[in-house]
Amino acid sequence: MMFSELLLIITGITATIGAYLLARYVHGRFPWMHPILISAGLLIVIIVTADIPLEAYSAGGEWLSMLLGPATVALGVPIYKHREQIAKQFKPIMISIICGSVIGIVSVMVILWLLTDVQAIILSMLPKSVSSPISIEISKVLNGVPELAAVFSVCTGLFGSVFGITILQKFGFRDDMSIGLAMGTAAHGIGTARCLANSEEQGSFSGLAMGLAGVITSILFVPIYIWLIP
Amino acid sequence: MYGLLGFIILAAFHLVGVWLQHVGNIPLPGNVIGLLLFLFALYMRWVRLEWVEQAAQFLLKHMLLFFIPYVVGIIAFAPLLGEHWFSILAGIGGSTTAVLLATAWSARRWKSQPSIDAEQVPTSSPIEKRGERML
Repeated sequence: MMFSELLLIITGITATIGAYLLARYVHGRFPWMHPILISAGLLIVIIVTADIPLEAYSAGGEWLSMLLGPATVALGVPIYKHREQIAKQFKPIMISIICGSVIGIVSVMVILWLLTDVQAIILSMLPKSVSSPISIEISKVLNGVPELAAVFSVCTGLFGSVFGITILQKFGFRDDMSIGLAMGTAAHGIGTARCLANSEEQGSFSGLAMGLAGVITSILFVPIYIWLIP
Repeated sequence: MYGLLGFIILAAFHLVGVWLQHVGNIPLPGNVIGLLLFLFALYMRWVRLEWVEQAAQFLLKHMLLFFIPYVVGIIAFAPLLGEHWFSILAGIGGSTTAVLLATAWSARRWKSQPSIDAEQVPTSSPIEKRGERML
């Protein structure tokens, strides 16, 4: 590894952690400012104004993203801790996640069918409610654009993370179970990360919903593959 | 004390999940397979909660940090997103709102009533309970 490459990686990691810490500080003072908007927004402004190639930033960014794997596995800890409560509410958990996953696919079909005729956008947005690794795989089978599917997943997570809890509270949902399940089903990991900042219980429902919605959405697309292939 | 051990355990489950996804052609991402295996190991008590708790708490507390590079990566698609911004925004915003409300509504609709649990709590008197329910 070249020394300059190493320097680039360290700079990318340091800049991201720095932006994150600053965003947490700002979020602490102004709770309505979402930490991911502040930190990613700041980094984007720096990258665009200083004309830094995205690859140069990503060299370090990728190292941080790699920790998402162990972090997702770590969701097992709050889920395990709340296992009794989850077992007690097994029926509403399954019904609501299946309901949300179906609505997630159907509503994209309806909205985009009305607004656009670009096939690549429609096919890549269908699996948007599940995290990027799953949506990439689904979009490949649908003949969508995998990179675009990943971007739509991140945008969905971002939207849910920033506005989700406010929307749910406006409609009178306040209990940890409803909020957690809704955020995990609609906005996968980014929504779950937002819930974890509220309470461990909300985070465990969200993490559970994220995992189950991933499994359920993958299964829901099986009949769509069969319908598309012939 | 168990911080590093916990991290190694979590990373190992992730690696096994990714490996299984490739070898077994499972239509689930490796991290979700790793999560399912990890939950199974916790249930079977092959992995003790106290070994992993510290590392898990640290990773979950800072989970948003690991998403930042992905969000920054969106700028590579700025031209396409700019051209179709309205349909993309309406699609993502409208559909995500629909999913949030549908999931939360059905969770509340089917939730087993907490009042049954409240009745099993011996400390609260029947009068208090009736008052709460009327509220």
